[in-house]
Amino acid sequence: MNRIDKASALELLKTSDLLELGSMADEIRKELHPEGTVTFVVDRNINYTNVCINKCTFCAFYREADSPDAYVLSREALFRKIDETIALGGTQILLQGGLHPDLDMEYYIELLQSVKERYQINVHGFSPPEITYLAEKHHITIRETLMTLKLAGLDSIPGGGAELLSDRVREVLSPKKIKSSQWLKVMEEAHRIGMRTTATMMFGSIEGPEDIIEHLEALRNLQDTTGGFTAFIPWSFQPGNTELSKQRAKGEGQRAKDKSEITNHPPVINIATAVDYLRILALSRMYLDNFNNIQASWVTQGLKLAQVALRFGANDFGSTMIEENVVKAAGVSYIVSKEDIIRAIQRAGFKAAQRDTYYGLVRNF
Amino acid sequence: MLESIKDKVLSGARLNRADALALFESDDLFTIGNLASVSAAARNGRNAYFIINRHINPTNICVNRCKFCAFSRSKGEEGAFELTTDDIISRLEASFSSKHPITEVHIVGGLHPEWTFDHYLGILSAIKKKFPSLAIKAFTAVEIDYMSRISGLPPEAIFKALKQSGLDLMPGGGAEIFAEDTRNKLCPEKISGDRWLEIMETAHNAGIKTNATMLYSHLESLGDRVDHLLKLRALQDDTGGFQAFIPLAYHPVNNEIGGFHSSGIDDLKTIAISRLVLDNFQHIKAYWIMLGEKISQVALFFGADDLDGTIIEEKITHMAGGRTGECMTRDEMVYLIRKAGKIPVERDAFYNHLRVYK
Repeated sequence: MNRIDKASALELLKTSDLLELGSMADEIRKELHPEGTVTFVVDRNINYTNVCINKCTFCAFYREADSPDAYVLSREALFRKIDETIALGGTQILLQGGLHPDLDMEYYIELLQSVKERYQINVHGFSPPEITYLAEKHHITIRETLMTLKLAGLDSIPGGGAELLSDRVREVLSPKKIKSSQWLKVMEEAHRIGMRTTATMMFGSIEGPEDIIEHLEALRNLQDTTGGFTAFIPWSFQPGNTELSKQRAKGEGQRAKDKSEITNHPPVINIATAVDYLRILALSRMYLDNFNNIQASWVTQGLKLAQVALRFGANDFGSTMIEENVVKAAGVSYIVSKEDIIRAIQRAGFKAAQRDTYYGLVRNF
Repeated sequence: MLESIKDKVLSGARLNRADALALFESDDLFTIGNLASVSAAARNGRNAYFIINRHINPTNICVNRCKFCAFSRSKGEEGAFELTTDDIISRLEASFSSKHPITEVHIVGGLHPEWTFDHYLGILSAIKKKFPSLAIKAFTAVEIDYMSRISGLPPEAIFKALKQSGLDLMPGGGAEIFAEDTRNKLCPEKISGDRWLEIMETAHNAGIKTNATMLYSHLESLGDRVDHLLKLRALQDDTGGFQAFIPLAYHPVNNEIGGFHSSGIDDLKTIAISRLVLDNFQHIKAYWIMLGEKISQVALFFGADDLDGTIIEEKITHMAGGRTGECMTRDEMVYLIRKAGKIPVERDAFYNHLRVYK
């Protein structure tokens, strides 16, 4: 099949019918994964710190270092979380955190070594902004940073921090975060030293369709060169408690506020609806012809729409997100067990299988 | 495999039982969705309707114990409630005097062991007196049957009295699933499917428009679903009194039956097949309070043309583990519909256009 170029992708994204896009993506998914299996990984998202100097406008997680609820996770707490992960059949931890001004390379090396000494578990950790921050702090290259972390026990890198690989958009969303070219450079270096990574895209903020195509184009080009991406994970901006949504609340045309006349004020932020999600997911499946796997994001879209996403190009259900399960604190909106994930996949008409970080089969259900 | 069905839909011919069953058994989601879209466009163009409304559940005290219900209580049991007529009026007052006043109130409740027929009439007339322009959509066929039993009056007389007291139209609840065996397992104390249809027929003959529903994804077979739709279609042929059909996804939490949530794919297919089979229904509603706003929005591509209302304070679904919000603003409705490429039409209870958001 011929590769879709930027112009026709843009045309498709802007004008094509949702079901037309979906059926094309569904055909591609069937060709790539004819066995009708949908995979998921059992892992736990562990955030070693919430202190971050970047303060991205879309983030509700970060704290200043002197904030009363700022934290750096203790080793005991970390090990307890890993013990629980393994007890639940987990094969991976997703280790990510803020850019903490007081944590240096030594901290990261010891952190990784302490985990690897005790556990046989894949450490999927540190997105490109964290890698870049460490490199700059110690005046070493990205490659040196990655090599050091790899030797200490880092296995693979999550695709976070990509947000939208369009500097026009990044300037507004995350002015202090690394630029697009830097994100891509970290991924390229990682791939070159044999580390696999994922790629993400956060949409539904201030981007236009051109920005989305630019993002997909950058990923496809790098994948042509390295082949190091295991999967692509598109997800939509979640506006609760973020600086971006507060800015928007002062502006015009936002969705939740009761304005008497919204027709003349186009939304400042283009909050993504379910239809937008499915369109972008389907287009991604079509555009990223060199990516084997596309993940549905049940965490941001809910289980029902994630099931529908399996017919709009996705072939993977992402992670079981043990963290949300173990911490059954009030206010967690989705409490979803591994059994719920398996059942959701099966009820959507697919076979369910647990996979490892590299999409190798762990267990069929 | 769906070719002959496709031909029928495109030529406007009626689908039969085998066609409907083949659609439910097919996993060709996109063909089904496209056909339903064609069918919806032929009836409602690109319009997608919503209404500014609110729900009132006067009581959850109920003499029935349907096994799928997490809402009902016995009198005196923890969590049991009953609103006085004054309570109802003051709740409506708040919604009526807001910036976007409601145009419809939806009233359904339990079968209260002590309430008299006069009490129901009193609720209606108090509302009508206070808010003459507000459309009252109230009481399922199950409640009508109960009023008939406690008063000794036939349904014809019940409707006459309710109408005089202010009833404008009826919701479509209580239909559940008509198939007798399944219905007996689900809600043995509830009126039969035939009785439900008979009461609806009486309502239509009394000049009262109603909706129709189907509760799915519990114990029923696909054949049960098809038979349910065909019975509704047959009655609609006779009376033309149904305004909208609303498939209701069963919620498995806090009840005796358990089981699982329907899949998003099943929800979309059920909407689409309903659109295709119920060729004499003008409207198919994607009831967002049960499906979630995401699936409801996507359902606009699968034959639905109505998202129901802004609602405010929904209890029955939420007590069964519903996780949607309990209300949606007008702007949110308009935004969701626009982002689906449809034209938002704010309607009244009878589908008259109040405002088209071009």
